[in-house]
Amino acid sequence: MSALLDVRAISKRFGGVVANERITLTVAPGEIVGLIGPNGSGKTTLFNSITGQHPIDEGSISFDGHEISTLRVSAIARLGLIRTYQQTRVFRRMTARANMLASAPAERGAMFRRPTSAERDRADDLLAFVGLGEKRLLPAGELSFGQQKLLEFAMALMRGPRLLLLDEPTAGINPTLINRLAEHLRRANKELGVTLLVIEHNMPVVMALASRIYCLAHGELLAEGAPEAIRNDPRVIDAYLGAR
Amino acid sequence: MTNLLLFVEAPVLLIQVILDGVLVGALFALAAYGLALVWGVMNIINIVQGELVLLGGYVALTVVGAGLSPFMAIPIAAAVLFIVGWLLYRGVIFRVVEKDLFTSVLATFGLSILIAQLINQGFGADVRSIDSGLGTWLFFDGIVSVSQARVVAFVLALLIGAVLVIFLRVTRLGRAIRATAQNARAARALGVDTGQVYAWTYAINAAICGAAGALIVMIWVIQPFGGLLYTVRAFMIVIVAGLGNVVGVIGAALGLGAAETFVGFVFGTQFQAAFVFSLLVVILVARNVRLARQRRYLR
Amino acid sequence: MTSRQRSLSCGFLTIALALAAPFVVPALKVQLAILCIMIVLALTWDALGGQMGYNSFGNVLFFGIGMYASALVQVGLFHDVGAYTAASGTGTFEFSRAQYFVGLALGLWAAPFVAVAVASLLGAGLLGLRGHYFAIATLGLGIAGGEFAASWEYVGGASGFQLPLFPGDFDDRALSFYALALALAVVTFLVLRFLYAGRFGLVLNAIRDDEDKAEALGLYTVRHKVVAWCVVAFFVGCAGAIFGNLNGLIEPREVAFSGATFGVWMVLMAILGGKGTPWGPVLGAVVFYGMKELFWTYLFGWQRVALGILIVVIVLFFPAGILGSLRARRAPATTERRG
Repeated sequence: MSALLDVRAISKRFGGVVANERITLTVAPGEIVGLIGPNGSGKTTLFNSITGQHPIDEGSISFDGHEISTLRVSAIARLGLIRTYQQTRVFRRMTARANMLASAPAERGAMFRRPTSAERDRADDLLAFVGLGEKRLLPAGELSFGQQKLLEFAMALMRGPRLLLLDEPTAGINPTLINRLAEHLRRANKELGVTLLVIEHNMPVVMALASRIYCLAHGELLAEGAPEAIRNDPRVIDAYLGAR
Repeated sequence: MTNLLLFVEAPVLLIQVILDGVLVGALFALAAYGLALVWGVMNIINIVQGELVLLGGYVALTVVGAGLSPFMAIPIAAAVLFIVGWLLYRGVIFRVVEKDLFTSVLATFGLSILIAQLINQGFGADVRSIDSGLGTWLFFDGIVSVSQARVVAFVLALLIGAVLVIFLRVTRLGRAIRATAQNARAARALGVDTGQVYAWTYAINAAICGAAGALIVMIWVIQPFGGLLYTVRAFMIVIVAGLGNVVGVIGAALGLGAAETFVGFVFGTQFQAAFVFSLLVVILVARNVRLARQRRYLR
Repeated sequence: MTSRQRSLSCGFLTIALALAAPFVVPALKVQLAILCIMIVLALTWDALGGQMGYNSFGNVLFFGIGMYASALVQVGLFHDVGAYTAASGTGTFEFSRAQYFVGLALGLWAAPFVAVAVASLLGAGLLGLRGHYFAIATLGLGIAGGEFAASWEYVGGASGFQLPLFPGDFDDRALSFYALALALAVVTFLVLRFLYAGRFGLVLNAIRDDEDKAEALGLYTVRHKVVAWCVVAFFVGCAGAIFGNLNGLIEPREVAFSGATFGVWMVLMAILGGKGTPWGPVLGAVVFYGMKELFWTYLFGWQRVALGILIVVIVLFFPAGILGSLRARRAPATTERRG
């Protein structure tokens, strides 16, 4: 089974700080893979490296067979690799619906046409899917943080990604809604065929959702395996509890 | 362009041109340092910087017109501009401090237009200058002439700059200014009155511009609508040198002065302004392209 | 009344007023023509600044390029331009009626295309700059244009370029140029509305709200930015050509590439009316230009100072503009449908 995302021994340094040290990671099509690790372990940096936000110092990244480590951010996204942000980024002055329509994939010559009714329907459906149906005419900036997170997730789905990188999707969400969000993720994976790579701090969620988990600490890959194995791995426990 | 051939015939002319440029460059450095100060502390790009320089020159004109020596005019211009700066801050600038940079650009651009018009109303549109009363030194059989006033202005400019650097490092206010530049909120938490710091910073910047203007009117000419050119020069120097880099500012300023004078000599002085403004665009685009390459685009 | 009905009725009302105006206030024909030019400048500035988030101080570059391009065609088709400018356009250079109108027609066509050509050359480099760097770079660009034009003797240098005289009386001339300017304003408005209604508008707004996010979603940001820039250049170039003819004399620093007048006025008109709204720039142009004319009539001597004060006041106290303040005062739930 060839990997959809193949990250091979990449390193990233910022000045004297080593944020990622020879990280190797793969994601197979259709999987949900978790990425955990204490704060500062380099998870978001890894995401930024994969999505092209900064150049990497060593290694290679391959997505769907293409080498992407030298591609521009938008080129990588157009290959089908979409990410969401820890701080949640949406188009604040546009309505939720407009956010969705902007995220619709478009053919090359389609610059000037109006959004099609198919696109409008899909936008409304996805907004309903994440529970934002009633808010679709509100400016995104007026939504609560949790609602913006859902909108960002819906926008990513609207784009029709092959691989979705989610940066702490449940952070800041009302605990009563977390299970629903986890269910959305599972459905997106099962029904829409979206492969997921998820950074999470919420252990119950990631353990239940992911089939494989990578654990990062101090910029290095600490452990890798099935949720059960990771949960009981003493190195992982040490990393979180701070013992060195 | 035939002027280029003159360099071949008399290479020492090159020295003249470069020297003239370098000497006036020190004054650009002053304006640039003030711009960088206001930018770093208050996050404002002060487009009205050039007009503040001009005002210093016009104050000096008035002072000399009243019978005082041109060199007396320098501290007077600085003092008057300090007050002007303080008033500008309390009247207009304080509203723009916490807002986005574009609003500061637009607001200070509006101020620059307003002040240019006020100067025009008050002093007329003619170019003005002051005779410093100093002579010229001649070198190389009279081919190279160095105006003594320019050298004096150069030295004074560097002196003023040095005083400013020391002031910021040593005095309490200076340290408060630097703290606010680094982190305004933290400075406030530590008891620094950032409003006062901003006012002082802006006023000090205006004073520096005033002194620079008083010097410029001695060695060059001023006219009410020449402000933007000074602002753009200062901005370019800050961009090339970087916000915290004093030595870089001096280097870039002297370089700009020399380059500008060189272009003016070879192509004609009417091209000097065109050169400065297009150089701004080139520098910004080139710097951006270089930064973009660090993200390693495929193209 | 839905927003669409409201917009259509605004449109019809405006057109009706605009068509009646030269007959109701015939003495103001020239001013009305200039008002239409100002509306075009405000609308195009808003396309970049209000809709896309790229605040440009350099649109005036295209204004001047359009002006000079048209003038060069108008004169160059029938006479040697160098000789024409050397003689300051006086006396011996005649234009027959036919020559004038052919020249004008071709000039008005050439102007926008030359402007777009320049825009496409500069666009890639300039549009890579963000925020205030873009603002300042475009400021430098606009003024550099003026400085180069002022130094280029072939097009008249600092004394400027005298355009061929309209073969007809003052009223006919004013009416003709008013018609042209009005047509341009209407076309500009409609074209921009069309663009905003489609995906183009969505991507533009996305770039404004969060360009990095737009890139991360895979949107073709560069393409859209350059197209917007070229569309702006097209209409501003046209406006410049018409204005140059209306003014008669093209002076490089004061008229064609004037950053401190048109260059900053277009920013203020859009902001005063309401950035990023369809009618805001139109409203802002009317109010601003109206005030400017009042200052010129009643505050002679101090009119420019008054205008400078107005600029500062607008920036400090009306950043949301007239429409923006009105919108904020209405109940927040009634946001206009978009998309």
